[in-house]
Amino acid sequence: MRRLRWPLLLPALPVIVAVAAALLAPWVAPASPTSGNLAARLRPPAWISGGSGTRLLGTDLLGRDLLSRLIWGARISLLIALAATVLGAVVGSLIGLVSGYYRGRIDRVVTKLIDVQLAFPFVLLAIAVIAVAGASIPVLVIVLAIGSWVGHARIIRGLVLSLRERDYVQAARALGADTPRILFRHLLPEILSVILILATFDVGRIIILESTLSFLGLGVQPPTPSWGSDLRDAAAYVRQAWWTSVFPGLAIMVVVLGVNLVGDALRDALDPRTQSRARA
Amino acid sequence: MLQYGVRKLAHTLLVALGVVTLVFAALRLSGDPAATMLPGDASIDELVALRKTLGLDRPIPVQYASFLAGAVTGDFGISFRHQQPALGLVLDRLPATLELAFAALVLAVVVAVPLGIIAALNRGRLADVLAMAFAVVGQATPYFWMGIMLILVVSVELGWLPTSGRGTWAHLILPAITLGTHFAASLARLTRTAMLEVLGQNYVTTARAKGLPERTVILAHALKNASVPVITLIGLQFGTLLGGAVVTETIFAWPGVGRLAVQSIFVRDYPVVQAGVFVLALSFVGINLLVDLLYGVLDPRIRTEDTA
Repeated sequence: MRRLRWPLLLPALPVIVAVAAALLAPWVAPASPTSGNLAARLRPPAWISGGSGTRLLGTDLLGRDLLSRLIWGARISLLIALAATVLGAVVGSLIGLVSGYYRGRIDRVVTKLIDVQLAFPFVLLAIAVIAVAGASIPVLVIVLAIGSWVGHARIIRGLVLSLRERDYVQAARALGADTPRILFRHLLPEILSVILILATFDVGRIIILESTLSFLGLGVQPPTPSWGSDLRDAAAYVRQAWWTSVFPGLAIMVVVLGVNLVGDALRDALDPRTQSRARA
Repeated sequence: MLQYGVRKLAHTLLVALGVVTLVFAALRLSGDPAATMLPGDASIDELVALRKTLGLDRPIPVQYASFLAGAVTGDFGISFRHQQPALGLVLDRLPATLELAFAALVLAVVVAVPLGIIAALNRGRLADVLAMAFAVVGQATPYFWMGIMLILVVSVELGWLPTSGRGTWAHLILPAITLGTHFAASLARLTRTAMLEVLGQNYVTTARAKGLPERTVILAHALKNASVPVITLIGLQFGTLLGGAVVTETIFAWPGVGRLAVQSIFVRDYPVVQAGVFVLALSFVGINLLVDLLYGVLDPRIRTEDTA
């Protein structure tokens, strides 16, 4: 952890702000995210003439406060991203762990499955599932997790394949440790930092994928505030009200940028092997 | 090389079978298509009738077999909305999607590869920092927002380019930038890493030592060997491009397969969704075969590896 210093704090800032907004939404949001005043629709941000001091970032087509929607949207977007990331990481790592440790037939099946899924563009898979299952938040979380388990499984499998030959694993086996004990007491701690790094990058990727699906109308449904679905409405009247398109997108970009840079810093700090390569 | 080609083709066919199976699983196991297709107030009788028409009342293995047969013969059923074979509708739009994806690919390569090389050659200097800043920001920007911002600035404010549709070169520029930026970002980072790795190799030092001009060293010796991971990424990312095309087409009203598939979801035109996903997924499998074959040409060592 010795390299975890100020460069981590700067990119972590938008992430901290977004998490705080998500947690404290009911207290910090200046107005309701779902009920608007139609008389005050499409008001520009406060610093532009016609804007109002109580509607800092302006209002949307239905007269709802944009800032409040962003704050509540953080809650939905981050919650979905977190749930999908954890689900994908747990399932993917478990599969990778078992497949790399047992090798043989299980491994061949898993490897083929990974090959096939990598040959299948994620958005298409999402379209196929959501076309039948319908668009809802639980479906979205499962679909996003389906999109992310492969990355974990592939990398963890590779790691475990080489780790299982290490002396300490052989020694544990010779001493009579059973398989679950070897997997979870000996191998898992070794790969935990890699899982953490992979999961951090996944959060960024999944925030973008979630907003993309919601933008297409296949994810979070209105009136629930989410950065992606807000942009879906906003895109239609970008000529009349640029602010409704600019701010949700900026929110996504800055948070994802922050998460990715935190991921970079974590990788450098936790995984000395990649240091020379990553910072070369 | 022939043997290598045959082996890759066999592998591709296997993956294609897997992809078809995955399409089937995604479409059949995630819910009842008949219930999805009918309006909410449909009666049970209507549901049963539709399930029978679609063959959904048969056992899953039988459905799978007939789905496979349909996939091989190109029969995905008739579009409810257009009253035409679904596959024909999709294939009509495929050139538009491929045109967009290739334009984005070319744009990304033309921008990102030189950018990555310049960054590697100026490691730690301003050019490097700027190039990598572009890459990091590009990777964090969602396609669709990029598209909306381009429309806002270039089309609405400046009035330079059309906001939607397909036809002239001018129509292609904004969608291609939208789709290509994300890809260019990851490509620039990888090119930089690959170049740095190769530039440290002995043969590059040898080439320099024997007095070759720097330009020859970089272009002829370093770049060729740095190109293998770069081409891998291009192949892998082409699928992401096809997925991104779905989004880009929606923003710019580009008449491609992705937009057709997404619109078909909302009107419950199930055969078209199925055919669209299938055709795009198989295009990606085909592209990956091309990339694999290209490897064999670029790096002869690969032809003899993984003889499994």
